[in-house]
Amino acid sequence: MWRVVSRPLTDDSRMQRRWTDGRPTSAVAAQIAKPNDRLTSFERLEIYNRMYWFRVLDSLYDDCPGLRAVLGDKKFIRLAEAYLVKYPSASFTLRNLPGRLAKFIRQEPRYTKPHTALCHDLARFEWARVEVFDTASNPVFTANDLLDVPAARQGKLKLALQPYLQLLRLEYPVDDFILAVKQREAELLRGDASNAPTELRRRKDRKTRLPSRGRTHVAVHRLDGKIYFKRLEPEAFRILTALRAGKTLEQALVTGIPRAKKSHADWAARVQGWFRNWMELGWLCRR
Amino acid sequence: MPANKFNGYTDYGIGIGLRIPHYDHILGRKPTVDWFEIISENFMVDGGRPLEVLDRILAQYRVVQHGVAMYFGAADGPNKEHLRRLKALTKRTKTPWLSDHLCWGSVDGTYSHDLLPMPYTVAAAKQTAANIRRVRDYLEIPIAVENVSSYTEFHVSEMTEWEFLTEVVERADCGILLDVNNIYVSAQNHGFNPYDYIDHIPHHRVAQMHIAGHTKFEKYILDTHDHPVLDPVWKLYAHATKLCGVTATLLEWDDKIPSFDEVHDEALKANEYIAQARAAQIPAPREAVRPRAR
Repeated sequence: MWRVVSRPLTDDSRMQRRWTDGRPTSAVAAQIAKPNDRLTSFERLEIYNRMYWFRVLDSLYDDCPGLRAVLGDKKFIRLAEAYLVKYPSASFTLRNLPGRLAKFIRQEPRYTKPHTALCHDLARFEWARVEVFDTASNPVFTANDLLDVPAARQGKLKLALQPYLQLLRLEYPVDDFILAVKQREAELLRGDASNAPTELRRRKDRKTRLPSRGRTHVAVHRLDGKIYFKRLEPEAFRILTALRAGKTLEQALVTGIPRAKKSHADWAARVQGWFRNWMELGWLCRR
Repeated sequence: MPANKFNGYTDYGIGIGLRIPHYDHILGRKPTVDWFEIISENFMVDGGRPLEVLDRILAQYRVVQHGVAMYFGAADGPNKEHLRRLKALTKRTKTPWLSDHLCWGSVDGTYSHDLLPMPYTVAAAKQTAANIRRVRDYLEIPIAVENVSSYTEFHVSEMTEWEFLTEVVERADCGILLDVNNIYVSAQNHGFNPYDYIDHIPHHRVAQMHIAGHTKFEKYILDTHDHPVLDPVWKLYAHATKLCGVTATLLEWDDKIPSFDEVHDEALKANEYIAQARAAQIPAPREAVRPRAR
């Protein structure tokens, strides 16, 4: 029955009429399920087949507003269906459904071309938001914790980052794009609730403008139960990535700041500013 | 049967499902509610927003865990990682009992996220009962299994659904989460009398009841949980309450969710039927000796 339930639907969202071996699917269904006075065996199993696909596709649809905005609904559904055939849910929760989507997009670029790189970034970004939402936090690292470390050893200090903090190096500024998509969706919702013949109505048909390529470093994080994203300077991103890799504070700073820039008079102040901000946001935690 | 060994000897009254659209209302206004049912899988995470909200709810309310992905009927048995996470959550919530469905839904680690109906055979009943026992032994709390709504029947079935449910719970020595809406939906879809179902289950094992709304289509009924409870379901609930006793009752409303007050008011309609059952002063159900299929 599982093979019947999980088999992709036709373009008009019905159960496929032919089975994998060429037999009528109705013959396969008749071996499994009883008909009743209103429904054939085929129709009874089709209810489950449709429910399965509607459920998993709806879930991905809700979780991937950015990908939808790039591809449009039709291409997005085609991508989602191919993805779920190759990588069906391996988790007890639908929240984890997009977990392998970025990998799939890279493996099967035909579903996203000519925007494969952008879609790959979006899939990573949208999955990062799920991870930030569900991942544990550790006690934050405070100034008092730093005072416990002798000054001579502070360079050797290993700082940990909150497990929920996601650091992304992206080829496109998808953080801004996602905000624009969400804003547009909110405007459309407000527009639907109003009869006013405003410019909003005309804007319905316009897609959110796709972002131009541009290396972007973003932290996706959580504060007071809400998800935020924050742009990072490349040097700040490298320092955080090095800390996450287990480097000492000293090593992380060496990794993060290029040698040529170290002579800048304001460099120390910038780094201090970053760390102050990261501690305020609770990104640093005790090991 | 307000309190029995299958619901941890509790008397929980009328609850509703804890759903995201109501979080702000519940946390901000702290309305009086007997208890909340949570979907276990929504909180089987390492941390983050779900557990932050849950801890705030637990500080104010009684919570009972209800699962949707244990799949007691799965041929490959319960997933160990699932059980580990579930146990951690039960320690947090201190749920007096735990429920999940009499169904299957995963194959070789792939999840359907659906509650697929089982073939009603003795072999399936034995396997399912063994799975339930393993889960109960690991979690160390009472288990109640819920009858699902279904849209198909299998050629291989050897008994009715209520006989199968009885067979499973007797073999597992566990409780029943009696979903009267699911009984109604399946009865309409398969052409049996829903009162026969309720009359023939072991009433003393009913730990909890579910009520919900459904949607009628031309040729079948779908269990959508997006409507108020319909009259025939209330009548079934009244009948079940007379037979099983006043039992912890929960309204499920999972789609097109209206305001908190609307959902809670709908759930509280159960009080009318509970009052009728109390007035009737029917003695608590007792265990009956039943012949067991071989």
